[in-house]
Amino acid sequence: MEKLAGQNKKKSFREPGTDSTYLIKTENLSKIYPIGLTTLTALDNINLAFVKGDFAGLVGPSGSGKTTLLNILGSLDSPTTGSAVVMGKKVETLTHREAAGLRNHHIGFIFQTFNLLPVYSVYENVEFPLLLQNFSSSGRKKLVMDALEWVGLADRAFSKPLQLSGGQSQRVAIARAIVKNPELVLADEPTANLDAENSRNIMDTMARLNENLKTTFIFATHDEKVMRYLKRIITLNDGRVAKDERAAGEGT
Amino acid sequence: MLIIKLALKNILGAGLRTWLNVIALSFSFVAIIYMQGLYNGMSDQMEKIAIEAEYAGGQYWHSSYDPFDPLTLDDAHGKIPDNLHTLIDRGEAIPILIRAASIYPNGRFQNALLKGIPPDQKILSIPSGVLENGGTSIPALIGGRMARSTGLKKGDYLTVRWRDTNGTFDADEFFISNIMKTDDSAIDNGQLWIPLEKMREMMDMKGEATIVVLKSGSRFAENAGGWNHKNLEFLMKDIRALFLTKSIGGSIFYIILLLLAMLALFDTQILSIFRRRKEMGTLMALGMTRGTLIQLFTLEGAIHSVLAAVAAAIYGIPLLTYSARTGFGLPESTDDFGLAIGNRIFPSFTGALVAGSILLVLTVTTIVSYLPARKIAKLEPTDALRGKMT
Ligand SMILES: Nc1ncnc2c1ncn2[C@@H]1O[C@H](COP(=O)(O)OP(=O)(O)O)[C@@H](O)[C@H]1O
Ligand SMILES: [Mg+2]
Repeated sequence: MEKLAGQNKKKSFREPGTDSTYLIKTENLSKIYPIGLTTLTALDNINLAFVKGDFAGLVGPSGSGKTTLLNILGSLDSPTTGSAVVMGKKVETLTHREAAGLRNHHIGFIFQTFNLLPVYSVYENVEFPLLLQNFSSSGRKKLVMDALEWVGLADRAFSKPLQLSGGQSQRVAIARAIVKNPELVLADEPTANLDAENSRNIMDTMARLNENLKTTFIFATHDEKVMRYLKRIITLNDGRVAKDERAAGEGT
Repeated sequence: MLIIKLALKNILGAGLRTWLNVIALSFSFVAIIYMQGLYNGMSDQMEKIAIEAEYAGGQYWHSSYDPFDPLTLDDAHGKIPDNLHTLIDRGEAIPILIRAASIYPNGRFQNALLKGIPPDQKILSIPSGVLENGGTSIPALIGGRMARSTGLKKGDYLTVRWRDTNGTFDADEFFISNIMKTDDSAIDNGQLWIPLEKMREMMDMKGEATIVVLKSGSRFAENAGGWNHKNLEFLMKDIRALFLTKSIGGSIFYIILLLLAMLALFDTQILSIFRRRKEMGTLMALGMTRGTLIQLFTLEGAIHSVLAAVAAAIYGIPLLTYSARTGFGLPESTDDFGLAIGNRIFPSFTGALVAGSILLVLTVTTIVSYLPARKIAKLEPTDALRGKMT
């Protein structure tokens, strides 16, 4: 585990003129979708900042813009107007290739539906981001096994995703997100397909990672069980930030 | 390297669909190679037969001789140039005299070609030995097709009329000394082979010939007093052209087969790109670029044909080896197609043929795989993750 933490020797690639106090900062960020002849404002003038070590959640009803915002912060999408600076990079100016590089090296994703690659083993799924980074094979092995140990699935390394329960699948997805020791992990409704016990289990895991590695986590959720873990809750309503509050403490 | 590994894993993980495509493609491989091998074998055999029966080591033609213009035949004879004569004396060439004549089999008039050949020659596969001693009448050798079309049989007599070198008509009874079975219709249809010296007497053309055929393997190519050297390359041109058109006609069959296999692959590719968009979204989220994704999906399609080549080798090598050894029997009637092939074709599979076919199928599969994969270039990661495709 110390290895995972110590592996953090990434080249700084902050753009000049961006604020280095924040891991993420949005300015007047809006996302507008054309719907036929009219438009739909999915995000409306969002101004938010996140610092290293945040364990924050975007909460709000379905359709409030949580996924849209998370995708922009993950450079999977870009704002229609305004700006999102993520680790010194202006998302709206990145080329497709640069965005892919940013995600590959610095951002882990966790999805509601796990999104494991079914033909690969657990080990290979976790190894995948490292393969994309052209890691040496000995380097890969150590990191993959460390990550699997973090989520308690080292003994299932050679299982196929279809042989795993939902909770185990999501833990594999967490291992895959953290194996490259990213600064940022984005999790979109990670517990929506899990029962209470598994939800608690994976939230415990992520809280531990946040505690030990100072990895920043941002969730999109409307799950009470998740909210209890959050250190910061940002409430979205109709694409606007309705509330942004520090939580009293971690739940169990 | 990475995408090759990924592509292999993906298509092996895809199961039945992969194997159906692989089997369909492997049929194309084997069919293309088999058909081409058959045509190669055919062309080889046609050339071999023509060389044995007509061309040997090439020919010299009298300056007026043109096999495609019968009207020139009257003038197409002359004294054999000295250097060719030396070859003939050494047994390295034979003279042939060709003249038009009229024949009256069963009283019916018919045009024919008289061909004078030295009975003791060994250069062409024509069994001219039967012309050695014809007794009082002039012995003539004809082919099986000629015998059938005229109704002539061995031992029959036949009235033949010709004009000698001065244009004077003359006629005589010929005696059919033998009927040869030959695969080459070019020495058969409408022709009577007779002893050269006898023919020279009849025509009053002492020491003359129309063509001189060189011994096979002959390198001789000197100028010969106005006679034109025709090498094998030239003489074989017609056969090769004929073979080419036949082979193009025949390839329609395997083009259809190839198209069907391509359609199956194209369909699989489209379906796979459509069904796997969430996977593509995931790969993009993990940091794979669209360019790599396109390569990956194209490669997955192309690997089908690599697997197909392996599958084709497993059953194709024994199959093709067997067919090359036992040949392919032709029905009797193919004789009348005008192809001098013989009644059994032995397909010939060369390395170039096999490599060329593999390259062809590989290229086509790669293109067919790339076309649908291009769609990925416009795919937004967010749409892909939501399972949407525009
Ligand atoms: N690609 C899109 N095209 C049009 N509308 C979209 C698209 N993506 C999201 N939306 C709309 O934007 C709004 C916010 O969606 P989303 O971010 O998915 O909300 P949440 O994750 O909070 O449920 C919704 O009204 C949704 O219908
Ligand atoms: Mg959502």
